[in-house]
Amino acid sequence: MASEPAAAFTPDDRKHGRRVIVAWLVLSAIATPLVALFVGDHIPPGNSSVQGQGQVFDNAVMTALLTPVVCLMVVYFGYALVRFKARRNEAIVDGPPLRHDSRVQIAWMIVTTTTVLFLAGFGTYELLKDGAGGGQGPNPIAFPANHKSAFQVQVIGQQWQFTYRYPSLGGMESNQLMLPAHSVIEIHVTSLDVVHSFWAVELGLKADANPGVDNVVYVETKNPTTFHVRCAELCGLWHGYMFNNGRVVAQGQFASWAAHEKKVYASIAPFVNKPEDQGGAPYAHTYLPAPDRRAG
Amino acid sequence: MRLGVKLVLVCLAVAAAGVLIGFYASNLTTLAGSPAYSVPVQEVSGKKVVNLTLQTVAAIGPELSQNPDWVSYLIRNTQGQWKRETVWNLPANATVHVTIYNFDGASGLRNPYLGRPQGMVGNRILVDGKPVNAVDPNDASHTFAVPQLGLILAIPGVPDDAKHPCDFAPCSVSKDDHRKIQFTFKTPSKPGTFRWQCFVPCAAGWIDGFGGPMATIGYMDGYLNVKA
Repeated sequence: MASEPAAAFTPDDRKHGRRVIVAWLVLSAIATPLVALFVGDHIPPGNSSVQGQGQVFDNAVMTALLTPVVCLMVVYFGYALVRFKARRNEAIVDGPPLRHDSRVQIAWMIVTTTTVLFLAGFGTYELLKDGAGGGQGPNPIAFPANHKSAFQVQVIGQQWQFTYRYPSLGGMESNQLMLPAHSVIEIHVTSLDVVHSFWAVELGLKADANPGVDNVVYVETKNPTTFHVRCAELCGLWHGYMFNNGRVVAQGQFASWAAHEKKVYASIAPFVNKPEDQGGAPYAHTYLPAPDRRAG
Repeated sequence: MRLGVKLVLVCLAVAAAGVLIGFYASNLTTLAGSPAYSVPVQEVSGKKVVNLTLQTVAAIGPELSQNPDWVSYLIRNTQGQWKRETVWNLPANATVHVTIYNFDGASGLRNPYLGRPQGMVGNRILVDGKPVNAVDPNDASHTFAVPQLGLILAIPGVPDDAKHPCDFAPCSVSKDDHRKIQFTFKTPSKPGTFRWQCFVPCAAGWIDGFGGPMATIGYMDGYLNVKA
């Protein structure tokens, strides 16, 4: 069967094409720097941690890249709606059949492939740079600088509350998450029952809390601040209530708080820190709690 | 059948299913799971004082629930009757004296840290009249916890060799073996709704001990409705 010849572009088609391209270029040239300058810094999660700041930058880059695409769609559809609108009582007739154009196809493939490959490379670099605030499982591969001297905190999820253990403070546990400012923190996230997700919103941290799994996430704190902690995994009836506030405080304030909490914790410490063969909780000494202990 | 009629029927069916699912979810997650009980308030030296008397039982029994083997909290009303009501209206800025009679055995805490009483006056509780500032996590039968208020305490269980164990509710304080826990806490000055729950995985037969009565209002969890 003989194929139909490709419809040639008419002078009118070229006129419409030029108008759309010029309008798109002008709009993109105006909107892209405006978005990058005035929107980028306000994209969540904010600049409360080095990882959060990195995410703001990533989101700003992606939003800036997205802007010309959105501009093209707006201009094209706007132009089409206005220019090709049928007039009242005008008979609606189908347009000429669309035929391929190799130049357009090749240009489209080059532009989209370049964009996607750039984003893949950019995203991979950003992830591997310092972990980007995401849970990396028990054997992390992306570390922030000075991670070997990181301050350790264990986040323990259970239906329906997070508690926080400080191994370097004698295994002290608290229902408040307090972190020292300007420090690298190594957070070990786990669960005692179902799957939860530890999300420190303004710090840009999110790590799944799986029973029996030690999910490690790094964060580098900056100035003192307050942040929200939420469970980001539907975990049962009271999932919506599984939240509290955390704080990043100055080193001195953190030391005072830790000394006070250790006193509060002292009465339960003999039970918690008992050796496992004497009825103590296994996760008093390890980051791998037995998930089914005392299940009904 | 015309296409338009079919579309309307499909939309109606989807809407009806959505409403039914919504009612089911709201029954579980809102106050509809239990009637709200307004705890009587006394004035002592110009301050609001509330006495809350509760009991915890291993099985609610056929008299009080259609799920007779579910573990549950009960509250004693002004007539001295035990009711399965776990949503309580309390005044703001009030002192609440709580007495819990526990008739259940120990299950053990999943997180031993929760054996440390905290958030109540003095950060300690009375167990059978004696002050305690840590409950052995393995002896915990239940907890009473209001996470938003930082209030948590573990409730020790009745020994396994008790001579007069209570099989199901309502249990008798004068006849059945029990543990008596007392503590005092203050309601916040700002009104609000605060959920409370048990942290011991004590729902026998459910996945991880946390289904059924642990996730249904009117048994092992509820709300404190703090009102101005």
